[in-house]
Amino acid sequence: MSLVLAASAVRASREDLAMRAGVVALVAILLLIVGLPLWSLLVKGFQDVDGHFVGLANYRAYFASPALFNSALNSFDVAALSTTIVVPLAFLYAYGLTRTTMPLRWLFQGISLIPIFAPSLLPGIALIYLFGTQGFFKALVGGQIYGMKGIVIAQVFYCFPHAVLIMTTALRTADARLYEAADALRASKLRIFLTVTLPGAKYGVVSAAMVVFTLVITDFGVAKVIGGNFNVLATDVYKQVIGQQNFSMGAVVGMVLLAPAALAFVVDRLVQRKQVALLTARAVPLVPRPSPGRDAFFTLFCTVIAIGILAILGMAAWGSLIKYWPYNLSLTWENYDFEKFDANGWESFGNSVRMAVGAAIFGTALTFVGAWLTEKTRGFGAVRGLVQLLAFLPMAVPGLVLGLGYIFFFNAHGNPLNFLYATMAILVINSVAHFYTVGHLTAATALKQIDPEFEAVSASLKVPVWRTFLRVTVPICLPAILDIAIYLFVNAMTTVSSVIFLYAPDTKLASVAALNIEEAGTTAAAAALCLVIVATSAAVKVLHLLADRFLLDRLQAWRRR
Amino acid sequence: MTIARWTRRTLWLGLAAASLAASPAFAQKTKLTVYTALENDQLGPFKKAFEADNPTIEIAWVRDSTGVVAAKLMAEKDNPRADIIWGLAASNVGLMAAQGMLEPYTPPGAKELKPLFLSGKTPDTWIGMDAYTSLVCFNTAEADKAKKPKPVSWMDLTKPDYKDSIVMPNPASSGTGYLTVAAWLHVMGEEAGWNFMDALHQNIAQYIHSGSAPCVQAAKGERMIGIGLDTRGASEKTKGAPLDLIVPKEGLGWELEATAIVKGTKNPEAAKKLADWAATRKANELYADTYPIVALAGVAKTPPNYPVDIEKAMVKIDVEWMAKNRDRILAEWTKRYDGKSAPKAK
Repeated sequence: MSLVLAASAVRASREDLAMRAGVVALVAILLLIVGLPLWSLLVKGFQDVDGHFVGLANYRAYFASPALFNSALNSFDVAALSTTIVVPLAFLYAYGLTRTTMPLRWLFQGISLIPIFAPSLLPGIALIYLFGTQGFFKALVGGQIYGMKGIVIAQVFYCFPHAVLIMTTALRTADARLYEAADALRASKLRIFLTVTLPGAKYGVVSAAMVVFTLVITDFGVAKVIGGNFNVLATDVYKQVIGQQNFSMGAVVGMVLLAPAALAFVVDRLVQRKQVALLTARAVPLVPRPSPGRDAFFTLFCTVIAIGILAILGMAAWGSLIKYWPYNLSLTWENYDFEKFDANGWESFGNSVRMAVGAAIFGTALTFVGAWLTEKTRGFGAVRGLVQLLAFLPMAVPGLVLGLGYIFFFNAHGNPLNFLYATMAILVINSVAHFYTVGHLTAATALKQIDPEFEAVSASLKVPVWRTFLRVTVPICLPAILDIAIYLFVNAMTTVSSVIFLYAPDTKLASVAALNIEEAGTTAAAAALCLVIVATSAAVKVLHLLADRFLLDRLQAWRRR
Repeated sequence: MTIARWTRRTLWLGLAAASLAASPAFAQKTKLTVYTALENDQLGPFKKAFEADNPTIEIAWVRDSTGVVAAKLMAEKDNPRADIIWGLAASNVGLMAAQGMLEPYTPPGAKELKPLFLSGKTPDTWIGMDAYTSLVCFNTAEADKAKKPKPVSWMDLTKPDYKDSIVMPNPASSGTGYLTVAAWLHVMGEEAGWNFMDALHQNIAQYIHSGSAPCVQAAKGERMIGIGLDTRGASEKTKGAPLDLIVPKEGLGWELEATAIVKGTKNPEAAKKLADWAATRKANELYADTYPIVALAGVAKTPPNYPVDIEKAMVKIDVEWMAKNRDRILAEWTKRYDGKSAPKAK
């Protein structure tokens, strides 16, 4: 008896060791693709333009200028306001998708994702056509879209899917027994919501709020197009890096931008400590039952939101067919003949697709296995904490900073990874790194909801942990895994700020081409290329929905009763 | 089955033989990595014309906006990836020369060029190609609607007529913005220049982070007046925008586009061939398709919809003075106009 116990203890510890080795490998990978590139740029904040060490001189200069305080305050205002608007809307929307029997949920889910299918140029163009000086609805915004108003509207549009994605994952999994018990105790609907639903989804809500907040803080694309004279920290980075090629000051602002991420990290840890597994081994998955009043409300609510999203997309679609806005509104297909506007034309579109597929495959594997290792490895707290920190970093870093960091790190003399520079591989790696955070959070949210008892039972049955991973964890989390893959794909299709520094002559990307075309004044053609990107991502999403349905039928049968 | 396999094998052999036969021709081609901020539609014709004269060299472009290309070149400083720069603002290229990032070289054709278009060093660190200016793009359709007069000088732009109707590039984020501001200070003198900008500030709707966007916004009626890159104004007018390109009587700020060989290039011979070609008459005639002012005298071709005699309006400004005073001017400008969230209450 004792012999058997001892044997199993040895085996368990060997497994523990293997998993700890995995965590260490993960730290090494994250350091290579996130930590070191960032450091090689941020260190410039302590150097003068010629590379001599100057201590905190740049920081002193920056903090002495009144512009900083103003930009920081503006950034905070915009981020706080956008978060306050997005999170409740996204929560209700996600609730409608997961906890009601409203019709066409699959369609509503698809529509909610449209904003991340689009390069941030698209809402910029559409909002100017809708609310700009020549816009149809400019009266609605008091005649002036440029400035804080424009930034907030565009950010709400742009961040909405991120929040819906995280909260759908949080709300999708629930134990029906809790609701049955609450019903039996005659608890009111509100009480059930406050004591059962909300606590279960808390981690998702907080994560979503943190993601939206940091996304808004770091994004410069929207602020650049529609921000008017409203200075934010992210446009300050742009001024230093692109306007003046002053990497030292750019690094200083980049470092200041890390502050919200550090805050997000602390909050996440605090909330996480209290999160309990929702899906215990004995759990009965919750299947929403029809409730006419509730379903009607959510159908109406989701319809209003969906129309708002479609209006912006529709405006861009119409804009892409216009000959010369606003003086010649006749329609033409010419704007889709991309060879005319960019020598690389459709070739850059092919590059984008290749990069996005690469990012989806490698990124999903890395984020999911990484999140699993972090969640399921016993002990080893400090190193796991380091993973969490590294996983949070990319979201807090403006793409400009990450992209330049990649040049400094991967192009350095003597870096053995130098061969990656100016290849497709570095674009894929950069995209995985840049969008690591949301993938990691989604995977972690899904994993946290699985009772550790599954592992405990497997261990006592002497099933190796990797088999539990493949046979239990992966199938349960398959919806989340597919979500992560799609998320990486669509973001890789649209990303600009980081890859703009990294593409080579033969790896130019469609999103960069769209930006260049817009800069050349051919707004309609830029809108057209954006729409081709949207259509591609939408097609992939439709495939995903079909796959989801098929896989759900086979693998998720246990969710049904 | 066997027949199919046999067929396939001969096909492969044939392909292999064909590629072997073809490979020497390919092997001789030197791939030249060219960093550029030229306009997208220029790339095709430029590449075709150069490669026709130099069949052994193939151009691979890395093209983006001036700021991005300059930032990329500076970031790659310790391990350069570019062989040559062809079409980047001379002020950026000048900074790179000062940091020893360029391989000095004077092409034979350089002595034919206007002196303004040479770096002034021996051998030259860079060679100018063409010049662009920052002028006033005036939307006549919107002005007629609002019954506003047409401005003829920079001073006119400070009139209350144009309140909230003017956009210009932010000099802290756009090279075009800086050359505009520097020219004002140079022509008007420092004190009068800042006073002018104080007054102009009252009419500015937005300082945009781009040199080409102001004229595009004016072209699309987003704003009545855009101060910015002339080439963009002209091309928008050609496309059908109701735009007047105005040369204010005080004169125009300008910038050169330059060619320069990157120090450490692995293809110095091919890079020199391109530098030589970039100073030829043929090349200058190509530049003249887009720019009104080119390096070689006597290229009598002007792109459509440019104001006449724009070259005479270029202010006599010292490029080195512009570079030396940049940090000081930007700091002062930022303090005066950029520190506030919005220029005025609406």
